[in-house]
Amino acid sequence: MNREQVADAYFLEHRAKLLDLAAFLDRIDRADHDGSAEDFRLIVFRSCISKLIDGEGDRARRILDELSDHTTEPIEAAPMKGAIGAPPPA
Amino acid sequence: MRYIDPHIHMVSRTTDDYSRMALAGCAAITEPAFWAGFDRSSPQGFHDYYRQLTETEPARAAQYGIRHHCWLCVNPKEAEDIGFAREVMSIIPEFMDRSNVLGIGEIGLNKNSRNELVILEEHLALAKNMKQLVLVHTPHLEDKLKGTRLIMDAVANAGLEPDRVLIDHVEEHTVSEVLDRGFWAGMTLYPETKCTPQRAVDILETYGTERIWMNSAGDWGPSDPLAVPKAQVEMRRRGHTEQMIRTVTWDNPKTFLSRSPRFNVEDD
Repeated sequence: MNREQVADAYFLEHRAKLLDLAAFLDRIDRADHDGSAEDFRLIVFRSCISKLIDGEGDRARRILDELSDHTTEPIEAAPMKGAIGAPPPA
Repeated sequence: MRYIDPHIHMVSRTTDDYSRMALAGCAAITEPAFWAGFDRSSPQGFHDYYRQLTETEPARAAQYGIRHHCWLCVNPKEAEDIGFAREVMSIIPEFMDRSNVLGIGEIGLNKNSRNELVILEEHLALAKNMKQLVLVHTPHLEDKLKGTRLIMDAVANAGLEPDRVLIDHVEEHTVSEVLDRGFWAGMTLYPETKCTPQRAVDILETYGTERIWMNSAGDWGPSDPLAVPKAQVEMRRRGHTEQMIRTVTWDNPKTFLSRSPRFNVEDD
């Protein structure tokens, strides 16, 4: 597929996803906030958004990399079953 | 086009799903042992589960012309209690000779803890001693990159040949290392976490089709038992050849799984 064909196939779907992203950030802004430090997930989320328009390729890999735990040793014990999507601050 | 879904948890799915999968071209599935959404209270619970995987599900699948195979293990989500996990592992050999068992899986890590790693290493030793294939679960979200690397190191330390090990749930940040180290790679097609069908096809376009497959990993959570045929449609939409589609949804899983003599699915 050439670039125009990719846009023809996927633009509307990703236009909708872009608006979801915008609405999510607006929702965050509207939500009550007690003035404490910003949630670490939102900090990394905004940093990842900047990668979308930094002019570099390989965006999906670089964003996943930023959302990953980069320590190398096993942790002492599993604190829970699930994952939260971004590494908590050390 | 016929396809193989090499990772799906049919114990969590309805008979209607078997019907729809058969209509979509599913000829064979493999079902790794996994976490039920709650911790089982005794090893006997796993005994019953292994019977379900080796007796009930093959019969249910056969009603729709689908070959059912499975993998046995203690899932890493229940590996934190080492004593419990070892009790469960002691009953696995009793089931390994059953006709639809392909190997040990899905083993791996969940939160990358020391105890999970101990039980992973013991599973790998069991697989090596019993000359079994291995299907590996890699952790979720922020834990995946670290866990994938710990797992690959553990497999290497265990002396298992990487081309007899499938590392599942790869994404853009892990697929390259998995393939470069000689493992097989699985992409799981999920609506929110892991890969969407579109991203999976992006990965194929970027990294090629050698030693890689796609699966639905359909289970009790947000998932889609028709994800593999939907990815076939996505590939067709982009103009990929029928041969390429067949390579990743039939030939590749068949090649890896046929390393077990118990995987027996005929080509067209």
